[in-house]
Amino acid sequence: MSSETTDNGLSDGEFSVAKPKQNNILGDKIFRFALTVCAAIILLIVLAMIAVMAQSSWLSLKEFGFGFLVGQVWDPVKGEFGALPFIYGTMVSAILALLIATPISIGVAVFLVEQAPKSLARPMAFLVELLAAIPSVVYGLWAIFVLAPILRVYVQPFLQKTLGFLPFFQGTATGIGMLTGGIILAIMITPIITAVVRDILEAVPVTQREASLALGATKWETTKIVLANASSGIAGAIVLGLGRAIGETMAITMIIGNRPQISASLFDPAYTIASVIANEFTEATGDLYLSALVEMGLILFLVTFIVNGLAKLLILSVARRTA
Amino acid sequence: MFLNDSKKFLAIVAIMLALANSACFSGRRGKGDAIKIQGAGSSFVNPLMQKWVSEYGKLNPNIRIDYQSIGSGGGVKQVKERTIQFGASDVAMNDADLKSASGEIIHIPVILGAVVLTYNLAQVEKPLRFSPDIIADIFLGKITRWDDARIKAENPEASLPAADITVVHRSDGSGTSAVFTNYLSKVSPEWKEKVGEGTSPSFPVGLGGKGNEGVTGQIKQTPNTIGYVELAYAVKNKLPVAEIKNRAGNYVVANFETVTNAAAETINDTPEDLRVTITDAAGANVYPISSYVYVLIYKEQPDEVLGKALVEFLTWGINDGERFAENLYYAPLPQEMVKRASAKIGLVSHQGKSLRAEINNVQ
Repeated sequence: MSSETTDNGLSDGEFSVAKPKQNNILGDKIFRFALTVCAAIILLIVLAMIAVMAQSSWLSLKEFGFGFLVGQVWDPVKGEFGALPFIYGTMVSAILALLIATPISIGVAVFLVEQAPKSLARPMAFLVELLAAIPSVVYGLWAIFVLAPILRVYVQPFLQKTLGFLPFFQGTATGIGMLTGGIILAIMITPIITAVVRDILEAVPVTQREASLALGATKWETTKIVLANASSGIAGAIVLGLGRAIGETMAITMIIGNRPQISASLFDPAYTIASVIANEFTEATGDLYLSALVEMGLILFLVTFIVNGLAKLLILSVARRTA
Repeated sequence: MFLNDSKKFLAIVAIMLALANSACFSGRRGKGDAIKIQGAGSSFVNPLMQKWVSEYGKLNPNIRIDYQSIGSGGGVKQVKERTIQFGASDVAMNDADLKSASGEIIHIPVILGAVVLTYNLAQVEKPLRFSPDIIADIFLGKITRWDDARIKAENPEASLPAADITVVHRSDGSGTSAVFTNYLSKVSPEWKEKVGEGTSPSFPVGLGGKGNEGVTGQIKQTPNTIGYVELAYAVKNKLPVAEIKNRAGNYVVANFETVTNAAAETINDTPEDLRVTITDAAGANVYPISSYVYVLIYKEQPDEVLGKALVEFLTWGINDGERFAENLYYAPLPQEMVKRASAKIGLVSHQGKSLRAEINNVQ
């Protein structure tokens, strides 16, 4: 946006801010100091969290070392702890959720901004924001009582009949498991991605659309141009959704089946890192057990960090290519 | 200049902290104020505790008791850290936990509970019957079909479906799992060796539901499931409750009588410190998956007023409070246990003086 001239055709110099008077400098300094403190607090919180988690998981770090990351057994009774099934469950459910939610969210946002009449767009946008405000425990209950039976009775038998030869759709259809978990996460992150993408699309100047249409482009082609211009913002929205999906606890705990296993079938139960912490922390007795649970928190932290970073890099590179 | 600004800022922060601090101190107990007792722990005993708290509050408006249902493990942890006045747990504390506590903790049984097997089989009308070895094998994943010959042999009249069994168990750490796996470890050597007992056992098969409500929800929603929950949840959700073969060979259903029997039959084997499991008890009319719920308190109370109030509350609970048990699907303590628990409460003291004796003197 830092072009030589603004939309009005005036050069930047004419809008340059007047030099601050002498007595404003103190105010500016206080202001800058306050902002620095705010920024420092975030950094401090992150560092403090890592430090405390590393310290309280020291016992488990020492006992299992790197083996914790690749261990597949989680047996508190015998004192054996491995994180791999949980990392797998967290990643797969979040990716599944993104695969479902991203096209839907972008579709909804494009509809709201580009297609829907104002009388419909306003109330629908409000509804989307309302969805984002529903507590996750409500989503979880809804998933148990509505979504799971629907999946068990209609969707899973259908998938088994048509795509049953794939390893993803084998096993007993109980309505509880990875697939249901991914879908409920998708439903939960859709409003967030939609709301952000909608704001971003609205920020794309109308002049671009007008220019595109004036050149004889169709509505579809115009939308493509708008999306390309907004792509880095959309990437941010998706990463935001991914973060929520990885960290989501309550709803997915109620529906994913809570079984630490790595299974190709999406019908099988799985387990996420956040779920095992929520499930077991209150009743965890014994120092090693507690320490292993804290280490799970540390791993969740790192997983979120790495996945967010990778997602940002990936999507930005795509965005750069399309732009 | 910059330093001065930061000093000003720090001064403001310091003033704010000071204000916040003084506000905290004003929250301390004055003379005429209500006595506040904080308890936490077992979610299993929560409905009863809330009933006790409200009923006792009506009788003693100057005593305010707050019970937080955070789970038995949390209760034990907080008692050890002395952040609460009493904890409640579905399982007795182990020796290591007791040793690492900063004082002598005593176990006071307050009520009895039962863990029941429940299932979702549309065609089955009469309660199913299970013997211990079959329960163990279902939860071990060795019996996988409802029309298995061994299940049929015990339920010849039931129309069992030709379908896979879906096991549902607790995913969160819970006293319910501890009681259930304690029972399975007693009746099945294979279970004891492969899985063992604990609040978060690693189940060989099945789906995990969060909380009693999560397990009941999944069983209600999913055909051909079987799982274990506390009696109250099965009854309130109108789920069928299985009859379980006890040590005497009788098929028994859980109710306030058969569960109390389990405690009464084992009373002579109960050790002095009252830490005991009563699963798989002998006796003709005994429900085999029963358990005590314990209140955990320090023998030596640091605060005389709080300690006295606590002793009074618990004494009221195990005597007058027991009558609320049946409506909430718990079982009352047998008379003999009330006596022994009462003797334990009598040991609670402040600076070596029994707090109950003082109460009696006042009265």
